[in-house]
Amino acid sequence: MSIYKFKIKNLDCVNCANELERKLKKIDIINNVSVNFITQKLIFECSEENKKQVLEKIIKIIKKEEPDVKLEEA
Amino acid sequence: MILKKNSQLIKIIISLLIFILSLTLKFDVKLYNNILYVIAYIIAGYDIILKAIRNIFKGKIFDENFLMAIATIGAFCISKFPEAVAVMLFYQVGELFQDYAVDKSRKSVASLMDIRPDYANVYRKEEIERVDPSNVSIGEIILVKPGEKIPLDGVIVEGESTLNIQALTGESVPRKVAINDEVLSGCINNHGILKIKVSKKFGESTVSKILDLVENASNRKSKSENFISKFAKYYTPIVVIVAILLAIIPPIIINDASFSDWLYRALSFLVVSCPCALVISIPLSFFGGIGAASKMGVLIKGSNYLEALAKTEIVVCDKTGTLTEGVFKVQKIDAIGYPDGDVLRYAAYAEAFSNHPISFSLKQAYNKEINKKLITKTHEISGKGVLAKVDGKMVLVGNEKLMKEHNIKFKKSNEMGTVVYVAINNEFAGTILIADKIKDDSYRAIKLFKDNNVEKIVMLTGDCDNISSSVASKLNLDEYHAELLPQDKVYWVEKLMKQKSSSGKLIFIGDGINDAPVLALSDIGVAMGGLGSDAAIEAADIVIMTDEPSKIANSIQISKKTMRIVRQNILFAIIVKIGVLILSAFGIVSMWAAVFADVGVSVLAIINALRILKIKNK
Repeated sequence: MSIYKFKIKNLDCVNCANELERKLKKIDIINNVSVNFITQKLIFECSEENKKQVLEKIIKIIKKEEPDVKLEEA
Repeated sequence: MILKKNSQLIKIIISLLIFILSLTLKFDVKLYNNILYVIAYIIAGYDIILKAIRNIFKGKIFDENFLMAIATIGAFCISKFPEAVAVMLFYQVGELFQDYAVDKSRKSVASLMDIRPDYANVYRKEEIERVDPSNVSIGEIILVKPGEKIPLDGVIVEGESTLNIQALTGESVPRKVAINDEVLSGCINNHGILKIKVSKKFGESTVSKILDLVENASNRKSKSENFISKFAKYYTPIVVIVAILLAIIPPIIINDASFSDWLYRALSFLVVSCPCALVISIPLSFFGGIGAASKMGVLIKGSNYLEALAKTEIVVCDKTGTLTEGVFKVQKIDAIGYPDGDVLRYAAYAEAFSNHPISFSLKQAYNKEINKKLITKTHEISGKGVLAKVDGKMVLVGNEKLMKEHNIKFKKSNEMGTVVYVAINNEFAGTILIADKIKDDSYRAIKLFKDNNVEKIVMLTGDCDNISSSVASKLNLDEYHAELLPQDKVYWVEKLMKQKSSSGKLIFIGDGINDAPVLALSDIGVAMGGLGSDAAIEAADIVIMTDEPSKIANSIQISKKTMRIVRQNILFAIIVKIGVLILSAFGIVSMWAAVFADVGVSVLAIINALRILKIKNK
């Protein structure tokens, strides 16, 4: 298991962040995920071989839920 | 981000000008006014409308963009043109202001934690290269100039200086460093050029560890945050449903009720139904509280711990290293027939070649160069002391047994601690008391705990009973238990956990070593002196970077202030929202009040939350 960190930008409000976090938690191969509005951080935990797959799923969900949001390498 | 804000601001100003124009100019044909209103509305709110349309397709009907769009379009439908524009305008102004405020607080917390080094000067191929600290590997030599931050943990190989460690520990006294000293990343080099051999990668350096900890702290949510996000989850749907009922039922059952009148009231409901004002200020407050604590050198690992600190009822402390300095020092000299300084001098000389901890304390207290030529004979008597010839005089330094062995008449001392007896030329010359000293800061800490309504302060220690009782009575502790083995400490903490009230919390403060079971058992485990100690940072919920227990008392104050602000914000937001809902249901207030209840409240709550950063730490 490794922890990955990304900067998450353009979230509208805390509520949207919580909502997004709830949706991301449903990804089955992800272990721990948190969307922090204040620190603008997306942090998730998954195994190294799953990282690419998880990231793709995350980006897909973000695109659907919050199209304005951008992920950046932290 | 800034660009986005500027364009947003320009949009608002243009829209506002057109709005005012339309309000002041009275055209003969009302249609012209209305066209101006619609133009102002579109300029101010087209992005909201677009987002709202997008959200309908996603089924997100409780989204604030959607609610705001329905409310304003509804207002147009019942010919409330100025209201529609005003609601959209003020909503946008509020959002913009909210963005500014959140941004500002992000920055002020970030500046509290401004310890991240931007670059490292590393020697490569005989030249100095400026690189990202994460690209430096272990064993490389880096150069730190005056005024620069030390980018990575390491050992000094050349140069000496003083380091400003305030950003890490809150301590304002600079630390002296020289060759072979270990230095931590995040410290600022005051003067002198330092060459440092890197001993840890950036990711494992102190500075990264601290930043990680503080940034992740707000991920562990407090009860207040969970409460409010649950509340928000139900609040919006309920208000929207009530709004729909309000638009439909009264016009049907009340005879002379006009539909447009009730629809207007229902639309006000939609404006108030957005949950963001409620939700935003709470995590912001905790983030601010954690930032304020870290500024004074206290790292709190989660919002939940900051919240729990306010309810501290019992404080349990370890003794050695926590309440006392943990270093054995000469506390008192009782000389007979000689000046105090001479007795200490003879003792230090006699012990000059010994490796015993006591000889170290004596030499440290003497604190002068020892001229070894003056010592002509030394003989260490194991378990008793030392016999030496210093300056031509026979000196005996040791315990009672040594005195008895040499038939010296001595006065027995009853002091707490280790008593060293000194005899010169076979005559008793006095005693030197070596003991651990209570930290000056401990007195302050105990007083502050009491001031902050801590009901009970208990000391647990493995040390012997008479020393412990003396420390406990000097510090005015409520309870102490001495001569404990690690498992006994567990027993006592378990017992004390049962004594607190159901919502009260128990804190354990220790040095983080050998304390793991008790740290885990207590509600909040605090490790002291975390600077440079990975084990302590790992095991505890809260880490104090310095060795001052009063910092925990200060953290309780921060926690109380944070919780006060959190409660104020929750109450304020809920009361205003519900008040405005009731008033607009009866048609007493207009949509203007509804806009205030939405964005006005959230802006005020954010400003209130920012007060946490203003806590002065002493």
